[in-house]
Amino acid sequence: MIALKKNLNIAQFQSLIALFVLCLCLAITTENFMTADNFWNVMRQISVNVCISVGMTLVVLTAGIDLSVGSILAFCGAVTAGLLRSGISIPSANLFIGFTVLGAVLAGLLVGGGLGWVNGYAVTKFKVPPFVATLAMLTMARGFTMLWTKGHPITGLGESFGFLGTGWFLGIPMPVWISGLVVFIAVVLTGKTKFGRYIYAIGGNENAARLSGIPISKVKIWVYSIAGLLAAVGGVLVTARLDSAQPNAGISYELDAIAAVVIGGTSLSGGRGTILGTVLGAVIIGVLNNGLILLNVSPFWQQVIKGIVILLAVIIDKSNQKSE
Amino acid sequence: MAALLEVKQITKKFSGVTALSEVNLRLEGGKVTALIGENGAGKSTLLKIMSGVYTDYEGQILFRENEVKFSRPKDAQDLGIAIIHQELNLIPYLSVAQNIFLGRELPNVFGFLDKGQMIQKTKVLLERLKLDVEPTALVGSLKVGQQQIVEIAKALLVESEVVFMDEPTSAIGESEVEVLFEIIKKLKAEGKAIVYISHKLDELFALADDFVVLRDGKIVGEGPVSQISRPQLINMMAGREVKITKKTTKNCSDDKMLEVRNLSLANPENSARPLLKDISFELCKGEVLGIYGLMGAGRTELCESLFGLHSKTLDGSLTLDGRDCKFKNPIQAIEAGMALVPEDRKKDGIVPGMSVEKNLSLTVLEKVSKLGFLSDRLHSQLYKKHVSSLKIKSSGADQAINKLSGGNQQKVILGKWIERNPKVLMLDEPTRGIDVNAKSEIYDLISRLSSEGISILVISSEIPEILAISDRILVMSEGQITAEFSSEEATENNIMNACIPEIQHP
Repeated sequence: MIALKKNLNIAQFQSLIALFVLCLCLAITTENFMTADNFWNVMRQISVNVCISVGMTLVVLTAGIDLSVGSILAFCGAVTAGLLRSGISIPSANLFIGFTVLGAVLAGLLVGGGLGWVNGYAVTKFKVPPFVATLAMLTMARGFTMLWTKGHPITGLGESFGFLGTGWFLGIPMPVWISGLVVFIAVVLTGKTKFGRYIYAIGGNENAARLSGIPISKVKIWVYSIAGLLAAVGGVLVTARLDSAQPNAGISYELDAIAAVVIGGTSLSGGRGTILGTVLGAVIIGVLNNGLILLNVSPFWQQVIKGIVILLAVIIDKSNQKSE
Repeated sequence: MAALLEVKQITKKFSGVTALSEVNLRLEGGKVTALIGENGAGKSTLLKIMSGVYTDYEGQILFRENEVKFSRPKDAQDLGIAIIHQELNLIPYLSVAQNIFLGRELPNVFGFLDKGQMIQKTKVLLERLKLDVEPTALVGSLKVGQQQIVEIAKALLVESEVVFMDEPTSAIGESEVEVLFEIIKKLKAEGKAIVYISHKLDELFALADDFVVLRDGKIVGEGPVSQISRPQLINMMAGREVKITKKTTKNCSDDKMLEVRNLSLANPENSARPLLKDISFELCKGEVLGIYGLMGAGRTELCESLFGLHSKTLDGSLTLDGRDCKFKNPIQAIEAGMALVPEDRKKDGIVPGMSVEKNLSLTVLEKVSKLGFLSDRLHSQLYKKHVSSLKIKSSGADQAINKLSGGNQQKVILGKWIERNPKVLMLDEPTRGIDVNAKSEIYDLISRLSSEGISILVISSEIPEILAISDRILVMSEGQITAEFSSEEATENNIMNACIPEIQHP
């Protein structure tokens, strides 16, 4: 506990205690919460939000926001599924390109990174406020998804692709491995590299960062690209788990991601926050969702309760800052 | 004659530093009083106390011989005390009429806004001020000079007894100045008391009846304008009792480090008044060059231009260490060996919330990395080195920089540039808001760095400071260099004389 306390800030320490209390209550009040099945089920569900939230954390640390992640997730999932299922064929040129699982996944990730790059380019070169730039991308990427899928799910994607979403490796589900890898890389990136330090400096004081010779535009474009890429990772996981790319997948996922970031103690004005805090936030939301379902709380009340939790988290965080 | 407004024994301190000390002032109706003094003499502070902006002070304010205590600016306004601020306080997206009536909108019988009447009244006011714009025009679409007149109109809407004007002519053109002078004369004839702050002494001689000179928060001279000459006034503004210690040792060589030729910077808001005009100078290796000028003289713009911040509107040439340079951004300037410690520490200098250690390493992350990853060990080495050499008082490497005192924050910012070993170090107001001890430590540091061969450019609006640290002094006024003095030639008087802008006669 002491070692943990050293590495986490007060807000995260409080979140950890809240999570512990939450789990304790659920363990007492429900039969199924403390089962291995349920544990891995929750972990698998959280994985997607963790991937998106990590990207969102980077964006929010630069004092930005990315509303487009849900739509990018849907489009990239659909791109991967479509390429896997039917490849690219150009009848006029008598050309057909088939895709392996690896090829289709890489193509999906590339599209995600590319759309994120467009976000970053709009924000830095044309000075479009992040809220507006990514709102536009939210709409566009959803439109692309509809065009690509013609409004129908793409299904029947094969077992080897499905392994990414439903498979197990060394007793741990694949999505947990993948999101864990994402988290590990992001922790190293933010804590141990120049790039990570630049992100914090830009969010903390962009003027001072510019006058210290930090390439603001370059860093921001990278950050939005990474957020897009990680949304695509989420898209691949969702698609593989359901063995189907749904045209309306990922709707309002950006809000869950922002909630995880905020509950994790990252300041929306930038410069303050950690990846591990966000992971904690995502876990809290995941456990809360799971617990409310196990407790048979109506879905309408679930939303109200989630809203209250987000509000409380921010209020507590603000009062922590004051007392610091 | 009875005084309209009178202050007695006013003293004001800002966190221990005395800004005004036992100031007495009488303002009579039908008179224009000129308030003069160099930057930081306390002029604006005095106005802000008399208009209810600052409410914690020692002393008395009397209005028509009754003691008053303002708890907010509105209290002063209600008594008929209007202030026209130096900075524009207008909302660009609202119309002229909406701005003028902001906070005192006129209602019609139904309680909704009576637009017709407000527009009508604005029209009358604008005609009186000879400003040819529609009351419905958006303020943002007006020129800066016109906006200044709107600001004045705002103050004149309410019939005021006392009008304070803080450098009202700093942004307006000549024809507008004439209109303003006419208005002031009219107000005077109506029996109002007017206080006028300006650095343009000629304006004061044309306009004022009485003068009051402030220096270091004290009144050092007052009387009728008719009985004083320009040199006498400058003498009062500059002449300090304290003996100033001038820099005597010199360690600069003849090697030119920086050569600036014909630097000009266009003004996006007013093409007739460029921010910098034809600036040329040289800086030798190890030399400390002081740049003195009043607020708005273009000193900060000069530093920013040399640092690659205005590359699109900049004209002229720059040679650094024998190589022609054209910096497109600070990154290129830093690569070439430039460094800038900005004027506004909080806004441009520190990354608040980030630790002292991380602020220190921000410019030298390559140096504290190993195999591409940041190293904790190298970080703490860097921290220890600078904390002891710069005497930074910090509770530890993890201490957030914004929790340090101003002087220690400044040392951290200096440290992050020293670590890069720059060729030219530019310091913009390096001791603003810093206590006396830290100040002298920073002076020592400047002289040490110059002896190590770093060329230093220091901007300051404190003459004693400039004299104490510079080998050579340039004086700027209205975007131009108006004088150059060696440290032997420089005196408070001739610096002050060179920095005061002249009215351009047509």
